[in-house]
Amino acid sequence: MITSVVRSASPARRGRTSALGQFFSEPKARIGFAIFVFFVLIAVLAPLITPYNPQSTLFIPLQAPDARHWLGTTGNGQDVLAQFVYGARTSLTVGILAGITATAIAVVMGMLPAYRGGTFDLVVSTFTNIILVVPGLPLLLVIGAYIHQTGSLVIAIVIGMTGWAWQARVLRSQTLSLVSRDYVVAARLAGAPDRHIIVHEILPNMLSLVVAGLMYSCLYGILAEASLEFLGLGNINATSWGTMLYWATQGAALLNGAWWWFVPPGLSIALVGMGFSLMNFAVDSLANPRLRENS
Amino acid sequence: MKYVINRVGFLLISLWAAATINFFLPRMMPGNPVDALIARFQGRISGSALHAIELQFGVTHRPLWFQYLVYLSHILHGNFGVSLTYYPASVMTVIGNSLPWTLGLAGLSTIISVALGLALGIYSAWHRKRRAVNLLPTLSTFTAAIPYFWLAMIFVYFLGYLLGWFPTDHAYTSSLTPGIHGPFILSVLHHGILPACTIVISSLGGWLMNMRNNMVQVLGEDYILFAQAKGVPDRDLMLRYAARNAILPSATSFAMSIGFVVGGTLLTEIVFSYPGVGYQLFTAIENSDYPLMQGLFLMIAVSVLLANFIVEMLYGRLDPRVRRSGVGS
Repeated sequence: MITSVVRSASPARRGRTSALGQFFSEPKARIGFAIFVFFVLIAVLAPLITPYNPQSTLFIPLQAPDARHWLGTTGNGQDVLAQFVYGARTSLTVGILAGITATAIAVVMGMLPAYRGGTFDLVVSTFTNIILVVPGLPLLLVIGAYIHQTGSLVIAIVIGMTGWAWQARVLRSQTLSLVSRDYVVAARLAGAPDRHIIVHEILPNMLSLVVAGLMYSCLYGILAEASLEFLGLGNINATSWGTMLYWATQGAALLNGAWWWFVPPGLSIALVGMGFSLMNFAVDSLANPRLRENS
Repeated sequence: MKYVINRVGFLLISLWAAATINFFLPRMMPGNPVDALIARFQGRISGSALHAIELQFGVTHRPLWFQYLVYLSHILHGNFGVSLTYYPASVMTVIGNSLPWTLGLAGLSTIISVALGLALGIYSAWHRKRRAVNLLPTLSTFTAAIPYFWLAMIFVYFLGYLLGWFPTDHAYTSSLTPGIHGPFILSVLHHGILPACTIVISSLGGWLMNMRNNMVQVLGEDYILFAQAKGVPDRDLMLRYAARNAILPSATSFAMSIGFVVGGTLLTEIVFSYPGVGYQLFTAIENSDYPLMQGLFLMIAVSVLLANFIVEMLYGRLDPRVRRSGVGS
């Protein structure tokens, strides 16, 4: 009964069906999504794209690209294309997982205190602001140095834990502006429990912010993972775009002129990142029509 | 005045927090990394230095609160212990030698990048109906996602090794004696161009997009329309009416951006073997030189916190509304 009254009042309930359609009407969203899907397909279809094992060192080292090895071979005699397509699996998974972790923490740390208010809000938002200004990457490197060579899952979680603060801040200020809206007040007067109000009334109305934040966090996650792996602080035996760049540096790819070894992984990181930020902008301009092109 | 006290208070709290994170991190880690380190250095460094490290990293039977207080008092006295890599040099000496390089590189590149980014942001918002100009924000989503270290590798390879236009490592030609004289300064500039370009290109996109979005918002305001109707010349409208107001919100995103830029600078230094704090941090990590690593992390954090503090003070000067309501917290 309560929920049905409230449901009609919340603006998010209206017109949600068209949100996806609106998203894809943005050219930026279509390009960003296409890039993303392209790399996901590469990762998923890895065994169909290359017959080689990314770890096998069977081939003549440092061969330039040719018909057998489309992207040449590494200094250790591995096929670069095989490393690249299997590496996409690790890089995308870790990056997206890190992004999801960061967003989940941000939702809790941003919404709860703003909803509760008072001392709780003061303490948590001060904490968020501190985490925001403490530089993330150096912190990540120091943690990486202490834990030394760990699994991809741990890396993803650690990255997520260093990258949530800015998003929590954005969500906090949005929550603050939503708690005093009529439909939230109505729900509260109707006696809806706090959890219900937060999850069903406030959250749906900031979904675009959360999604935009998720896109941005995934971009951060992929870059951070690549940085850690590049420095040899992740798991150097796993195959990812970051470890490819680590081994390329170790194997003096620059001195040997093996551009095919280090150009593809870095370029793909930038392209995937671009895909995420294009989708981020598209979501942003859904929420803020002024940002739309030709407006 | 309340604003100033508020900001100074936040600076102090965040400094304390950075120091505290630094203290507890090695103690929270599984498998005690410091034990292995001490075993490795047994006999290679003096007993008293070893004992100091044991105290610094908690390999001691003293209670935790006691270790913590000793640690805080050491930090306040600028005592970060002895570097293991550069033994017997103190951590402070290593920091003193590397910090100026990073401040110079990151400082200059950030100023260039902010100025260029804001200018391009204003330009692309003003001409947002032109197709060609609209490629600018799209292009900058790409440049903003390029990993710093990878761009650095590309520069080293193509402009350094292949074309030989620029030196590929260090901050100056090692045969020169550092000092204020022509050849040395030229050498520093020549060595600095590629690292600086790396940082500028990788960070430019963020400033550009941020400024563009703010500017587009402001351009939709009624007072702009009114000024336009009144016949204010376009140039004035763009710079004096719109841009001045649109720049302000950029200052709040500075906190986040400066952290990214510093992180990127560290990575760039590593690729170029540039003798700043990033390269030293990497050396410290590779050698498990925990005292040096702790000291460098704290120094980096302090620099970022101070930079942020300065920007917020400036911001308070620029925008009186902030002084009254307080920014962020």
